[in-house]
Amino acid sequence: MIAVDLPYWAQSLLRVLGGTVAVLLPAGTIVYLFLFKMMSFMQSRLGPMEAGPYGSMQLFAEVGKWLQKEDIQPALADKKIFKIAPLIVLVSTFILVAVVPFGPDAYFTDFEAGVFYALAVSSVSVLGILIAGWSSANKYSLLGGLRAAGQLIAYELPMVLAVVGVVIQAGSMNMQQIVFAQNHGSIFGWDGVGNPYVLTQFVAFGVFMIAVQAELTQTPFDMPIAESELVSGYMTEYSGFRFLIFFIAEFANVGIFALIASVLFLGGWGVPFSWFGWDSMDAVDDWMNVVGPLIMIGKMLALSFLIMWVRFSYPRLREDQLQRFAWKVLIPVSLVNIMLTAILKVAF
Amino acid sequence: MTDLIDRQKLSYIAAQAADARLNVELETEGMTLNIGPQHPATHGTLRIIVRLDGEQVVWADPSAGYMHRGYEKLTEVRTFPQVTTLINRIDWLGSFANEVPFILAAEQLMDIEAPPRAQWIRTILFELSRIANVSLFLGDLGVQLGAITPVFMAFRDREYVLNLIEGATGGRFHPNFDRIGGLKDDLPKGWIDETRQVMKKLRNFCDEIENLLFGNKIFQDRTRGIGVIPPAVAQQYGLSGANLRASGVDWDLRRDQKIALAYDKVDFKVWTHPDGDSFARCWIRLQETREATKIVDQLLDGIPSGPVMAKVPRIIKVPEGEAWVSTENPLGEMGYYVVSQGDLGPFRVKIRTASFNNISIVPWVLRGVYVPDVITILASLYFILGDIDK
Repeated sequence: MIAVDLPYWAQSLLRVLGGTVAVLLPAGTIVYLFLFKMMSFMQSRLGPMEAGPYGSMQLFAEVGKWLQKEDIQPALADKKIFKIAPLIVLVSTFILVAVVPFGPDAYFTDFEAGVFYALAVSSVSVLGILIAGWSSANKYSLLGGLRAAGQLIAYELPMVLAVVGVVIQAGSMNMQQIVFAQNHGSIFGWDGVGNPYVLTQFVAFGVFMIAVQAELTQTPFDMPIAESELVSGYMTEYSGFRFLIFFIAEFANVGIFALIASVLFLGGWGVPFSWFGWDSMDAVDDWMNVVGPLIMIGKMLALSFLIMWVRFSYPRLREDQLQRFAWKVLIPVSLVNIMLTAILKVAF
Repeated sequence: MTDLIDRQKLSYIAAQAADARLNVELETEGMTLNIGPQHPATHGTLRIIVRLDGEQVVWADPSAGYMHRGYEKLTEVRTFPQVTTLINRIDWLGSFANEVPFILAAEQLMDIEAPPRAQWIRTILFELSRIANVSLFLGDLGVQLGAITPVFMAFRDREYVLNLIEGATGGRFHPNFDRIGGLKDDLPKGWIDETRQVMKKLRNFCDEIENLLFGNKIFQDRTRGIGVIPPAVAQQYGLSGANLRASGVDWDLRRDQKIALAYDKVDFKVWTHPDGDSFARCWIRLQETREATKIVDQLLDGIPSGPVMAKVPRIIKVPEGEAWVSTENPLGEMGYYVVSQGDLGPFRVKIRTASFNNISIVPWVLRGVYVPDVITILASLYFILGDIDK
């Protein structure tokens, strides 16, 4: 454990700063690395090249452009709600990152029902999207908002059920405990790489990643935005700074869900503890507080690469096909997975 | 409708029953949604007024004419050679193909025929403009369905074809190359070899698109059984081109019509598909792009030598008479009914464009589908706004 004892205000300041970095850094990295560059290379073009070397300053140029734009609100819009909606979506990402651990001591909060909390607050963004669609006074926005509500609620279920498998195996809802259980565990007695649940809970991992894709409204499930059908869905009437907030929230959410997935399935910030002979949480060396976040960012990038890769290559499903997929495939599969996990947990 | 398979029958009946059922079950008030004139899916200014119940279309009405440019009237105040410049702009993605039927009609009236080499080059350029047009459709199809990558491949490979057209004619988009009695110029040096290379690339592009889109489960789910048009209905609404062949009607003017183009010198397959759904329409276009590259290859092998211009008076006066010539353009049948009174310019030109008829089936085919399928069906019907509004 770290010996330094910070006063409460310093800890709070550190947490706020850390939270901001943990939300904005993944968002910026994902947008530049994947949305600008990887997508361009997949589509045989170069992407932004003018602002900075290899277009690396493009993000700042974009933010500057959006900040300069006029703040337009439709005359018939419900003004107050219209303004609040993007903030709700953004705030939900901030409160979501609060439970993600980045190292043995590098966490914002560490409480017992961490997974439960994460799954609960991840649905707050639905509220923002729904009221954005409603308050815009636009038929396309309304359709987009309603689609989002239906879709996000339907995909909460497989996501929760997929996580239940992990929780059963780890025996805890605490994120730190889940990380510990993975890195300290063993697969049928072999502890060479610990027990990252992507190996033993691969079904749950698949279901979780599909549900995340839907939860983030990325392409095979992007009907709420569906730019060829609904112009831009619930975001149609937003421009300038408010659109920027939606945009940041979208990609920050990609990063945060990738972080949560890496905690639940890829061993989080840890390295297999057997490599260094650590056998309890307290035995973990302090340098993991520095290396841990880097490991997390690496895993986050790998998972968001997956999300983005699917986004760039697949066409979009239809709304009823999406619902059918959630209720008839994902939920039964994850229920069977829970049952098998429970049986194996009792048997071994 | 005896030649429909069961799946089609079911989806057809379901679509027809949709509005009746909705009204009986729930007496809800619908919503009128204006898709267009400014909408990403109408690539232009087509406006479709749809009456929705939830997301289901109860009634749809296309409203064309937001980009009407009055070509039929404009041709009346131009001389015959000037008209080609104008009609290039009707279907702007396959410009050269617009010129050919008009020139053929004028040649028919003047009773002259272009030399064989000119006819062959015309046919090659005609097919190249078909490839340029339809390859963009294949990419755009992905965008309409939410897959953003194929369109860039389409733009990449269409560029090779446009370079060829530019190399031969001097204009990438609007060649204005066809003349009464032949062509403006002969082919440039090295063009034939380059064309062969490009045709190989285009066949690769077709394979890529087939793997990336047509083999995709989601793409098939979104298009199969959606927007089924039975052959009888397709003929009633005057569909033509790939839309008609996708309904199983074996009709292709390139093969069925004796015309002063070199199509009778090559053998090619006219593809048809029994299903008549969105997938069939897209698939037919993919096969036709492949077939077009093969046609070009065959034509390049056997291109005759000789002049590219027949003996034509310096000042072209078309004798009195009427002529109707139509060809199988990238979008379907395109024809010109030219009436001349012996002047420098035509007295009246009636232009039959394919998209105008193809889009007329929209109220019929959109009934009972969901909003996302509206976009799929519109994309698969494949219209160009200039071709609708003229």
